Amino acid sequence: MIDVLGGFIQELRTAGLPVSMVETIDAMEALRHTDLGDRPAFKAALGATLVKNVRHYEAFDTAFEVYFALSRSDESSAGEPGVTGPRGEGSGQGSGGDADLEELLEALALALAADDTAWLQSLARQAVDQLAGMEPGRPVGGTYYLYRTLRQLDVDGLFDQLVEEALAATGPLNDFDERLLREELEERIDRLREEIKAEIRRRLVADRGAEAVAKTLRKPLIEDTELMHATRADLVELEHVIQPLARKLAARLARRRRLRRDGRLDFRRTVRKSLATGGVPIEPQFRAPKPYKPEVFLLCDISGSMATFARFALQFVYAMSNEFSKLRAFAFIDALDEVTSYFSRETEFSEALQRISSEAQVVWLDGHSDYGRSLEQFWTGYGQSLSAKSTVIITGDARSNYRGPQAEVLEGIHDVARAVYWLNPEPRSYWNTGDSVMGKYAVFCDEVYEVRNLRQLETFVESIAEQGHRRVPLHKVG
Amino acid sequence: MHQVPFSTPGEVSDALEAVDYLSDPTISQTVFLAERLAKPVLVEGPAGVGKTELAKALAKIHDRRLIRLQCYEGLDEAKALYEWNYKKQLLRIQAEKGAEWRAIEDDIFAEEFLLTRPLLEAITSTEPVVLLIDEVDRVEVETEALLLEVLSDFQVSIPELGTIRAASAPLVILTSNNTRELSEALKRRCLFLHIGYPSVGREKQIILARVEGITDHLADQVARVVRSIRSHQLRKPPSVSETLDWARTLIELGVTEVDAAAVKDTLNVLLKYQTDIEKVGDAYTGPDPIEPPVA
Repeated sequence: MIDVLGGFIQELRTAGLPVSMVETIDAMEALRHTDLGDRPAFKAALGATLVKNVRHYEAFDTAFEVYFALSRSDESSAGEPGVTGPRGEGSGQGSGGDADLEELLEALALALAADDTAWLQSLARQAVDQLAGMEPGRPVGGTYYLYRTLRQLDVDGLFDQLVEEALAATGPLNDFDERLLREELEERIDRLREEIKAEIRRRLVADRGAEAVAKTLRKPLIEDTELMHATRADLVELEHVIQPLARKLAARLARRRRLRRDGRLDFRRTVRKSLATGGVPIEPQFRAPKPYKPEVFLLCDISGSMATFARFALQFVYAMSNEFSKLRAFAFIDALDEVTSYFSRETEFSEALQRISSEAQVVWLDGHSDYGRSLEQFWTGYGQSLSAKSTVIITGDARSNYRGPQAEVLEGIHDVARAVYWLNPEPRSYWNTGDSVMGKYAVFCDEVYEVRNLRQLETFVESIAEQGHRRVPLHKVG
Repeated sequence: MHQVPFSTPGEVSDALEAVDYLSDPTISQTVFLAERLAKPVLVEGPAGVGKTELAKALAKIHDRRLIRLQCYEGLDEAKALYEWNYKKQLLRIQAEKGAEWRAIEDDIFAEEFLLTRPLLEAITSTEPVVLLIDEVDRVEVETEALLLEVLSDFQVSIPELGTIRAASAPLVILTSNNTRELSEALKRRCLFLHIGYPSVGREKQIILARVEGITDHLADQVARVVRSIRSHQLRKPPSVSETLDWARTLIELGVTEVDAAAVKDTLNVLLKYQTDIEKVGDAYTGPDPIEPPVA
């Protein structure tokens, strides 16, 4: 047990969870009080002692499934519900391993309709047995087996069948009730998918060992996901974390500002307070310091490859808008347009983004990025509103499709503004390769950051908001 | 009432259920371990899922006093731990005019001049208590430090009086809405419990337990509709307490059968943002994205 737990904790650390020595000891101690045969209790005991952050649960779940998968197959299969019914009588062939697909599908439909989890699990096991065609030692990933199983099960057909049967049982429903019903059945089908996935994972572990499987399943924590290559599922998850992350950062900045007690002594309030203590000024009172907040001009490349990144940059900076005295946003592809008015307190972020792509004048010629032209438009159209208080942030990969970079325009901006920052979502090693002209622009930026994930984005926003609190102007790099 | 420690997590969940708190295996296992290992529990999760309720329920089960420290920004030692009663001390000094300073000094730093705040009170209580430290994420990182001593050793150091140790280890529950990262040091000392939105079945049970005079059918419908509403991308999904409010509203209005119109009329009980209300309202009564039922 200790060996297995050691390996498990090692895996958690590899996945990025900060598990300390103290927590390891706690986990051991907790297991002494836990019924090890009770899987949910066992998992809860490890979860409570080893995971201290909601965002880490997914990594924990995966590692747990992999490391403690074998405990499932240890269970005797004597009392297993067979294909024919929840209590497994009638098939006469024990586990029903050679029941054909027809029967399996029928049983699945019944189990789904009855919402019987245990039965569903055993059927998922049979489905993998019959359909996945898993061969020991074959070097294919779990997704291949999953795909094979689901294709033969025809899950969509199963769903339609379920809906039809449920409707036949209840009689025709109004739209609202039908909608509820469909959503619930969809959720059950999703659960079946998950069960099959878990089963395949268990078998892979039995075949190749936990270590090897964990390696193929390990996913980076969401804050380390590459923004440029985020999948649809990643985007949904990023949506969920970006607001709390921004909120936390805003709270952190506000707190630091309050701690800086550079306010002057408030003589009147101090004297009033001292009346309670017989004229002894025990608690001096201070005036609140006046925070300095930078005004931000945000220029985002929203062409195809950059759209996702721009979206998160905009969303993050907007979530922090209280930290800035003014915030103006501009979008460009080969033309530039101000989009500040699209973001108001009331509009949903995704709506604003949709409006930008349909209404903003950002395409002039062919919809390929043209940095030179866009910068020039910014300079001629909005340059007069730049001042020594302005911080200009440009996001994009500086790939201008071999069009003139017009870096001298950026020089002009740089001379007027307090600071110019460039956020590039490409890995540093790709800069200045092909049509990237990052180097030409970097000369006139105070700082160029590689921002490939949320964590780096957060660090950057924090650093510019912090500069507002420093009285000394930033040292400019030539 | 339970004075003896629990012997299984199952007993925990039964006892909680007896005081109308419906737990799940994770909650009962974590509470069970907290009592066994004498460790605080840090409970995280969205607002209104029953984090604070859990502490209240535990106090009820054990028949213990609940001492609550509500955290806020700017909470300091004086409000959380203890404070010297300056005014009383000054009065004493003035009353003793002409006395030897040494005598006075010994005198004014005695326990009678100490104002105990929740943390000290929890520790000096002769009866074991349940200590609830609510919304701990609102205090500054610096203030967390003063919680650490209390949480790890159940003791408090007061310079003028020395170290005060707990007569009996309190059961400590900390809640957090996750508005900032708590320090690693604090998290290391606690067991961690995340309470999310309950499953449809569990939420239905909660409604049945908490809402007077609701039918099984209506409770079932309410739970299903709320689950469906939570699946939308909302600024603030309905919490369990809002579900309960909504169920009570429906009963007040004499609704026995939930349909789209009833949902639309009462959405403002469940949702707190206009944009959310519009979004959900449109989804249920606007043009339906799903195909019409097969005739």
